[in-house]
Amino acid sequence: MFFDDWLPLMILLTSLLPGIVIFVLPEDRIRLRTGLNMGGATLKLVLIGVMLWGVRHGHVYETRLSILPNMDLILNADAMSAMMTALSGILWFLTTLYAIAYLETSPQSRSRFFGFFSLCVSSTIGIALAGNLITFLMFYEMLTLTTYPLVVHRGTPDSMRAGRIYIAYTIGGGAAFLVAVAWLKALVGSVAFTEGGMLAPFVDTYATQLRFIFMLMIAGLGVKAALVPLHGWLPNAMVAPAPVSALLHAVAVVKAGAFGIVRVVYDVFGIEFSAELGLLQPLAVVAAFTIVYGSVRALFQDELKKRLAFSTVSQVSYIVLGASILGPVATIGGIVHLVHQGLMKITLFFCAGNFAETLGVHHVSQMNGVGRRMPWSMAAFTLGALGMIGVPPLAGFISKWYLATGGLAAGQPWVIVILVASSLLNAAYFLPVIYRGWFQDAAESWPDKPAAGMPETHWMLLIPPLITALLALLAGVLADAPFSPLEWARLIAAREYQP
Amino acid sequence: MNLNDFLGPLTLPAWIVSLPLVAAGLGVALPKIGRPAAVFTAFATSLLVVRLAGEVLRHGTIQLQVGGWPATLGIALQADGLSVVMLSMTCLIGGAVTLYAAGYFGADSAAISFWPLWLFLWAALNALFLSGDIFNLYVTLELLGLSAVSLVALSRSAEAPPAAMRYLLVSLIGSLSYLMGVALLYAAGGTLDLNALAAAGPHRPSISAAFALMAAGLVMKSALFPMHFWLPPAHANAPAPVSAALSALVVKGSFYILMRLWLTIFEPFINPATADLIGVMAAFAIVWGSIQALLAQRLKMLVAYSTVAQIGYIFLIFPLSSMPAATQTAWQGGLYFVFSHACAKAAVFLAAGNIVYSVGHDRISELNGIAQRLPVSMFAFALAGVSLIGLPPSGGFVAKWLYLNAALTTGQWWWTVLILGGGLLSTAYVFRFFSRAFSYTTETVGGRPVPWIMEWTAFVLAMCAVILGLTAPAVIKLFTAGQPF
Repeated sequence: MFFDDWLPLMILLTSLLPGIVIFVLPEDRIRLRTGLNMGGATLKLVLIGVMLWGVRHGHVYETRLSILPNMDLILNADAMSAMMTALSGILWFLTTLYAIAYLETSPQSRSRFFGFFSLCVSSTIGIALAGNLITFLMFYEMLTLTTYPLVVHRGTPDSMRAGRIYIAYTIGGGAAFLVAVAWLKALVGSVAFTEGGMLAPFVDTYATQLRFIFMLMIAGLGVKAALVPLHGWLPNAMVAPAPVSALLHAVAVVKAGAFGIVRVVYDVFGIEFSAELGLLQPLAVVAAFTIVYGSVRALFQDELKKRLAFSTVSQVSYIVLGASILGPVATIGGIVHLVHQGLMKITLFFCAGNFAETLGVHHVSQMNGVGRRMPWSMAAFTLGALGMIGVPPLAGFISKWYLATGGLAAGQPWVIVILVASSLLNAAYFLPVIYRGWFQDAAESWPDKPAAGMPETHWMLLIPPLITALLALLAGVLADAPFSPLEWARLIAAREYQP
Repeated sequence: MNLNDFLGPLTLPAWIVSLPLVAAGLGVALPKIGRPAAVFTAFATSLLVVRLAGEVLRHGTIQLQVGGWPATLGIALQADGLSVVMLSMTCLIGGAVTLYAAGYFGADSAAISFWPLWLFLWAALNALFLSGDIFNLYVTLELLGLSAVSLVALSRSAEAPPAAMRYLLVSLIGSLSYLMGVALLYAAGGTLDLNALAAAGPHRPSISAAFALMAAGLVMKSALFPMHFWLPPAHANAPAPVSAALSALVVKGSFYILMRLWLTIFEPFINPATADLIGVMAAFAIVWGSIQALLAQRLKMLVAYSTVAQIGYIFLIFPLSSMPAATQTAWQGGLYFVFSHACAKAAVFLAAGNIVYSVGHDRISELNGIAQRLPVSMFAFALAGVSLIGLPPSGGFVAKWLYLNAALTTGQWWWTVLILGGGLLSTAYVFRFFSRAFSYTTETVGGRPVPWIMEWTAFVLAMCAVILGLTAPAVIKLFTAGQPF
């Protein structure tokens, strides 16, 4: 059917085309630029809604474009890509709203910013919808290129330095991933994503080569997923404007790496085959180490965004941990955390941006009394932070619960130790922030309070974190409802473990 | 006589060669019409080449004896997929350079010499890509070299005359070496026709000497390491449109001849050791060129050394294609490299030229925030940079992907390391410039305004390099028409 063949491409184009138009718009066409941004985002949400409905009802959406030699560019919607696409679509909509307000007074070119912003989201959508490794790779590299201008947007020596570090890490990772994909193509000829994996038949011929390819792929993807010791770029990239950090940490870069690892483990190698090759145990160790290391480092950061960055290092590895434990329950825990971590972390970054923008608060030590001055933002921040710690009934609790029981079911009780340790550390670095915000008196002289009846900050800065905080709450409370992230993760796990 | 006879498939190649030649003659006779004649030629030649491409796609190789004389006496022209792709590339870059130069030279007195020389160069290139005999190839090579050297000498910078002189010597020595090879082949085979020589079959004692002489001359003119020494000063000090044409087109001319000879006459004689020797030189070119680009103080020097490195990539075509399992893939990758490098490098040189035009220098350390002043040019630079590094979506990526496939299917993993390592080095030198160009300064960056046509021609070429990343099946179909390899 015509529509089914082109829907994935149309979803991609709803941000790609506005992005290209935005580049050539003059700076002062604010209305048109905003219209294009929000129009594209809205249309994308509608199309994603149609796609989600269709995927549940057995439609197959696949766009094949013959634009590469001996290989097609494939965009398709399986259960996993539908979930990532939905996450990107929703969070992009909110982040765009936020970014419009946040950058209103920025002296740098806003056309350039929003142009790259749209391209960045298009790359993320492309990654989510990619139907084979080469398509994934193309969008993965495009993501690197389109986020660089966002990271260095301010053009200060600091941000240029962060940009150089970012490029050095990600281009290196991209090269490792490229050689792995080309090698796999040379060995087995096919690089398509297949539910349950596609390499098991080659175990006798190529076991050693496949192990190397796996390691190269994880190394290449691990750079973006910020696996220790490949995480160095992430805390530096904090100099980017708040909406960029929010997007980078929640759906774009870091998530692309984690999603890629999930894809490689489940849909290229297959979880059972990965276990057979003995690849899961080392991956689990790396993930566990990253979880603890990130949390410990977060403890010692006074700069709020840096603390959040190290928290991301730690939290994203929950996803990797879920992917490295054999068994459907752990799989559900890992995959659902793709969504949950995105919702919670974007909330935290939005709020951190609000504190910085409205009150000039950048450090944890300056947070005293912020809650009384900006109760709504602080409430959203509190929800996000408690979710990260894993307090029921928030989203983070669901992830941790499934990971823990999954670890037990797989006969790996040490997972629980890691999770408990990490949750305690999460509490240790988030609770002081919450305590200062709500229960300490403000020590500094802040800008004057807004008049009575006025919101605590620009409404476009306030609405997005409130919505994402609410979603993080609902994802936990309504975890069993249809279309909830958990329900969707169960659907994916069921397909991955089909005989 | 109807139009079809007049402009039919069999006369098209002759038109494509003579049109720029006539225009060049006009430019000499009547200096005032140099510019309009060039613009007209650019459009007309493009139309003819598109038509020729259509014919080659439909009928395969087209051959033509100019004046009706048979081979060995007359001028034999032939067009297959390979020639058509090179001609299209020349039209694209040539057209953009022509429009750019129209803005660049304006009423400058250098324009009087520029237009006829540029049209001569274009005619020589067209003839080179269409020649089917080794002596005519020599003539076109010589014409190409001489017009290129004269164009470099047009520059007013103090570094240009010695650079041009060195270029002239290298060019003459290179052609001479090639000519001696031609003489040997003629003495042994009694013909100059490429196909006849190839058909004459293997094992004549003089053929390896001929190969060595011709290859040495052509490698020198293509600036493969360690024969690259003349290229950076010549390319970096020429006027902007000339730099673009030299890096994008002229070095590809001699490379094309080597490729042709390799594919026809010399194929049975080439042993893997020869291919690997070229591979080693290519490896040094990639590493050395990139390191020099990293160290360069001037932007145009950086770009010129990048050409040295990229030429190394192009020459990898020989070792990679020497294994039968990967021959097709390697040739496709190499040709894709030639095409996308042409677009990207021309765009980069034009963009760098805009900087020089605007602020009067190209010292990298003084170019902070130049993107605020020349956003379109710097965007073009960035897009072309993507292709030079070989990131998707771009022609450079497709080429690299094909190369990797060729290397990995035949187990030559060491080339993989080189290809990727070179990519990382090019990232370093490209971003070294970006981190200055895209930094933000509140000081106003001064300089004279750049005509819009100069900014947008650079941009269009850069876009072409990117679009080549999305059109691979069509382009590959075109250059395999008539089965040149």
